[in-house]
Amino acid sequence: MPGPLRLQGISASAGYAEGPLFRLDRTALHYTVKATAADEKAALEAAIGMATGRLGALIETADSEAAGILEFQIAMLEDDALSGPAFAAIDADQPADAAWRRALDAEIAGYETSDQDYFRARAADLRDIRDQVLRALSEDDESAAPAGAIFYGEDIAPTRFLETDWSSGGGIALKAGSAASHVAMLARSRGVPMVVGLGASPANPVGVALLDAEHGGIVLAPSKAEIEAFRRSSSSFAARRDKAETYLARPAVTKVGTAVRVQVNIADPSDVDGIDIATCDGVGLMRTEFLFGKTLPDEETQYRAYRKVLEWAGEKPVTIRTVDAGGDKPVPGFTVEEGNPFLGLRGIRLSLARPEILRVQIRALLRAGIHGNLKVMFPMIAVADEYARAAALLTEEQTGLAARGVAHKMPPLGIMVEVPSVAIAPEAFADVAFFSIGSNDLTQYVMAAARDNASVAHLNSVRHPAVLRLIASVVAFGRERKIPVSLCGDAGGDPASIPALLEAGLRDLSVAPAQLAMAKAAIADVTV
Amino acid sequence: MSASAEATVLITHEVGLHARPSVKFTKLAKTFAAEVEVALAANGPWFDAKSIVKVMAAKAPKGTLLHIRAKGDGAGEAVVALAELVRRDFDESGDHARTA
Repeated sequence: MPGPLRLQGISASAGYAEGPLFRLDRTALHYTVKATAADEKAALEAAIGMATGRLGALIETADSEAAGILEFQIAMLEDDALSGPAFAAIDADQPADAAWRRALDAEIAGYETSDQDYFRARAADLRDIRDQVLRALSEDDESAAPAGAIFYGEDIAPTRFLETDWSSGGGIALKAGSAASHVAMLARSRGVPMVVGLGASPANPVGVALLDAEHGGIVLAPSKAEIEAFRRSSSSFAARRDKAETYLARPAVTKVGTAVRVQVNIADPSDVDGIDIATCDGVGLMRTEFLFGKTLPDEETQYRAYRKVLEWAGEKPVTIRTVDAGGDKPVPGFTVEEGNPFLGLRGIRLSLARPEILRVQIRALLRAGIHGNLKVMFPMIAVADEYARAAALLTEEQTGLAARGVAHKMPPLGIMVEVPSVAIAPEAFADVAFFSIGSNDLTQYVMAAARDNASVAHLNSVRHPAVLRLIASVVAFGRERKIPVSLCGDAGGDPASIPALLEAGLRDLSVAPAQLAMAKAAIADVTV
Repeated sequence: MSASAEATVLITHEVGLHARPSVKFTKLAKTFAAEVEVALAANGPWFDAKSIVKVMAAKAPKGTLLHIRAKGDGAGEAVVALAELVRRDFDESGDHARTA
């Protein structure tokens, strides 16, 4: 019997769910080959009609957001341009199921390779359309998920989401998936907990699982103690969420009236689509690893992504972190295989080792800088020389852009404080424009407890006095030298940690958008 | 008679000519007898404006200058109506966060 297994992903819709795992990837459909091509065509035509009819029936009870998605799927299904290649393949002696699958897979591939997140996310809709027709073609009925199940698999179809009765709980845990998908949007608006990007699971999990979509994790095969702790977190979350909603629209202040800036962490330009800029003080951390997901993005793609966020934020600051690959975030063609990746060539170390990739990003940032209030920071800085070399690259690229007459603006440059050397001896960095404390990495390095290892999770606490003392000393140093200090790790949005962080002197936190209201509510309870 | 018409219009919708906007666009195009096509550049490639599969495949994001052309009965009206729909932001202005 394997022990508990904790997987970490990204929250796409906050909440908690405890329930039996329902595997999404296990359906094997059986199709009976027909006698003639004409019969194959008739079967495909009937299946498309059946799928369209089912979608039409779902629309009857759908709200306007869901209806929009369903109408889109119907319009696609009714378009001969979609089925044309499949019917042509049947003429060339293919059975209907293989012909349809190939035709749709070709269409899906076109979406998957798009450089726009919005388009890539539409691949899930196309897969949904493909599978609905395949189900209608086959004779088996899909097995139903038990009430309150946690759907687990590569990805989930929008229609599967809409067909599911969520009234008795349940949630979604995806190995791949995207927070920009239709399902993620639906999950957020319905309050269904959802986590994406969990990665491959080493075992074939079964049984009850605990989905913590507030922090983006799932525990498979949990112990009794874990279940109890989970239930406490879950009920406290429900209570906090109800109360927190009333805080969202207001600026954050403590019980005694101390103002606290609350910014948001984003990972994808489309994250800002669901956030009202009036509810936050800017973007405290924009991760750029997402851009480096499958391929190395070109300058134009990056420029558009940064510009979109800067224009959304208007005059409010947007702090963009240069690519922080390596560690637990490998990028094919960029990162290297290492025995101990958290202590290896990651963050700025990797970027400086491969400066041609950082230079592309720097040019995109310099150009985007004219569209808003941009700040740029470097991850995993350990010594002052790294900062100096990275800053010099910006100066060099600025000179190049100026020589070519390209519009640009040099942003203020800061660093992440996440390697203990910087937190212990910040005086080496007296010339940076700002500090942003990365509490996740700082904690794991101070406590020597990997953040992705469940067996040392009890050690991985930002509230250990050693971590808090370091945070307080960085804040004090910043105050003395007039260098702004903020915090952008998960602890900033964790209501249990917020009191200790404010007591350590922090007045600037950056949190996941889903935690914005709860963070403000927690701040209002602190007497600092 | 074989009328023909052309227009260009800037896409201002947050997600471009995708999903719900493309449903509206192709539905409207189908109400005209004329042959209607769209392109992202004046010299093409041109896509059938009545096919949502083709329109989606054009991948027109926000900020794209969309070229519309029509041939045949009602070509002029078709181009005007479709350009108007894009200009009106597909009647979804202010609701961008929820339209995708």
